[in-house]
Amino acid sequence: MMPVIFITDGFIFLLVLMVSGYIFYARRHEHLSAPWRAVACRPLAMSAAIILILYIVIGLLDSFHFHAKLEATESSGEVYSTEVSSILDLMLEDLRNNTERTYSAPLATYAFSKEMLDLADGKQVRDYPRLKYGGAHLTDPESERIADIGKHVVVGLVCGLMISLLLSSLLVLFLAKGHELSFKQAALKLCRNEFVVAWTAIIITISLIITVACSIYNLAQHYHVFGTDKVGQDVLYQSIKSIRTGLVIGTLTTLVMLPFAIMMGLMAGYFRGWIDDVIQYLYTTLNSIPGVLLIAASILLLQVYIGNHADDFNSIEERADLRLLFLCIILGITSWTGLCRLLRAETLKLREIDYVQAAQAFGVSNLSIMLRHLLPNVMHIVMISIVIDFSGLVLAEAVLSYINIGVDPSTNSWGNMINGARLEMAREPIVWWSLAAAFIFMFVLVLAANLFSDAVRDAFDPRLRH
Amino acid sequence: MISYILRRIAYAFPILVGVNIITFVLFFVVNTPDDMARMQLGMKRVDDAAISKWKEERGYDKPILWNTNARSVERITDTIFFQNSVKLFVFDFGRSDSGRDIGYDISQRMWPSLAITVPSLIIGLLAYITFGLTLAFFRGSYVDVSGVVLCVVMMSISSLFYIIGGQYLIGKFLHLVPISGYDTGLNAVKFIVLPVLVGLVGGIGASTRWYRTIFLEEMGKDYVRTAKAKGLSETRVLYQHVLMNGLIPILTGVVVILPSLFIGSLIVESFFAIPGLGSYTIDAISAQDFAIVRSMVFLGSVLYIIGLILTDISYTLVDPRVRLN
Repeated sequence: MMPVIFITDGFIFLLVLMVSGYIFYARRHEHLSAPWRAVACRPLAMSAAIILILYIVIGLLDSFHFHAKLEATESSGEVYSTEVSSILDLMLEDLRNNTERTYSAPLATYAFSKEMLDLADGKQVRDYPRLKYGGAHLTDPESERIADIGKHVVVGLVCGLMISLLLSSLLVLFLAKGHELSFKQAALKLCRNEFVVAWTAIIITISLIITVACSIYNLAQHYHVFGTDKVGQDVLYQSIKSIRTGLVIGTLTTLVMLPFAIMMGLMAGYFRGWIDDVIQYLYTTLNSIPGVLLIAASILLLQVYIGNHADDFNSIEERADLRLLFLCIILGITSWTGLCRLLRAETLKLREIDYVQAAQAFGVSNLSIMLRHLLPNVMHIVMISIVIDFSGLVLAEAVLSYINIGVDPSTNSWGNMINGARLEMAREPIVWWSLAAAFIFMFVLVLAANLFSDAVRDAFDPRLRH
Repeated sequence: MISYILRRIAYAFPILVGVNIITFVLFFVVNTPDDMARMQLGMKRVDDAAISKWKEERGYDKPILWNTNARSVERITDTIFFQNSVKLFVFDFGRSDSGRDIGYDISQRMWPSLAITVPSLIIGLLAYITFGLTLAFFRGSYVDVSGVVLCVVMMSISSLFYIIGGQYLIGKFLHLVPISGYDTGLNAVKFIVLPVLVGLVGGIGASTRWYRTIFLEEMGKDYVRTAKAKGLSETRVLYQHVLMNGLIPILTGVVVILPSLFIGSLIVESFFAIPGLGSYTIDAISAQDFAIVRSMVFLGSVLYIIGLILTDISYTLVDPRVRLN
């Protein structure tokens, strides 16, 4: 394997480092860890957090890219595939490679459209052909299919339940040890939801995810659970691959704009005077350009640039990755103004408070006043706005891809899936599964993010604290 | 009051200049007219003569900022910057890259946009305020909790789902109205119903939740307690005091988007094939017609700034405590 690091991968690793640093820091500081503990006590928020973690893990697995090693021959030595894969691709190799010729419905054994088939006796008929992989092990699909699907689901459910039971008992063991209870007491307490931290919600969510995942996994061995798209690619695979794009847009955009928003907001509020005027002018100007148009204009320009410098890119993936990053930057430029304005208003208030006045009287430099005294006291605003922006950005990606100013058409993303499926709406019977899969995956992520952000806002906003 | 408005308009001017410079830099400096020409004429196998011809037809062959070959005032006026950017200030949009008069197109296409956005805004406001007030009235009860949960769920669904779902359910499945298209006069009504309905449903989640918070905040204030203490019925407190005071932030929040109604919604218009300014912009983006995109960016900014000024004025009109200075 020869690892490749795309630019967005680099940013993702940086983000992971920063988050780990924050966790390490927050654990040692009571004023930071207390709100998070409050979040941990809310069942709904913890269920949402578990789902978010699942998405994040998948997204991270999809961020380790490499060129796969091909069969080495005597003459050429080590040869690497030109195609870039990720660890997730390795894990989903079957899904990725089991492509049909064109559309097929979820769990189907026959293709969606009729083709000319050669019969054994040399004649030709026009009929629905059998799929290459979907239900290929069945001899008579019409009578066996339903029973076979049922069997796979049940086996998956039983497996999932067993794994969940094992995990639950491990959790009970862990809790019993931590709270100095007997195993039975801890189990009862977990069932009655009496722990301060919402362990019951956590374990129920994990069990649900595992059970559903096991049945889908079991089904996916023999069927296309969400059908296949126009070129016969498995829709489930596409939906899972799209997770990374959604997460990158939701997080990198914020990461890119954060330094500017914080710096400008603090400076405008702290220095006031002409610096404030300049910064206010800057964000009013940027804000008054309609966001979609600014994005459209910039993406048009990027297309022109890529068109004129086609030789600078080694692969389609690299080009698509640059466009993804560029989209994040542009979205960041259009969205930093809101946070900047909030920070400016808060800093204006904070700078009149005694501790800042005292620091000024002691002759502390402006820079360290801003970094040591003001920044920590506006961090709750930053935290709240990060989590609130996330879901909006994930939804925005789909809309932008629809007007062709989103991610590159070759990138897997929910927006591209919806955009591709939209053209097939007029077909009869309707091709609905790409749409459904994209909407379900997006809905689950955004709903989890919304629920989680509500809890974070309640915990961090001092006005709401009791 | 008048002097305040004049001063605000004077403040708006540098912002428009800024917008203009940003769009100018984006469209003419980062990407030269040569790039645009190559893009329009096809990337490969384009000879220099064709590019020069394309540029000449659109006036992009002039110098960018300073014309050394011209005389007196024309040194400044006979440039790309003056011809394409400064003229926007007097709403002279010039011609699109395909040769059409942009100003005329805009004046024609803003009516269909308004036909969608104005009913959407009015019906939406009425519906969301009703829902928000209802949830606030039943605060803490099952109605409130399930209403908020429903709001969060509806917020989490992509707007594309509402559009595609609405088109399929009402247009294709129930055959109540046409899926997309537009017509003149009263015939337009049947084309307007679906986009307005979809817009209404799509906005329920976020707006209802927001309005509920506003009303709840009002309900916690002292004057409400006083009104109840003097024996007013719950409904009278709700309609005469809470609703009226809650409307202040809601309506002043709406004022800022009023001018932008002219531009319409990009997504809705292109999905429902409404020939308004939104689909005009989308078409220009996909046809890579830079002149139209540039004009729409400028127009959008002007309307937004007018919205900001109107917001400030409306604050003073509804709340006498706010002073203009």
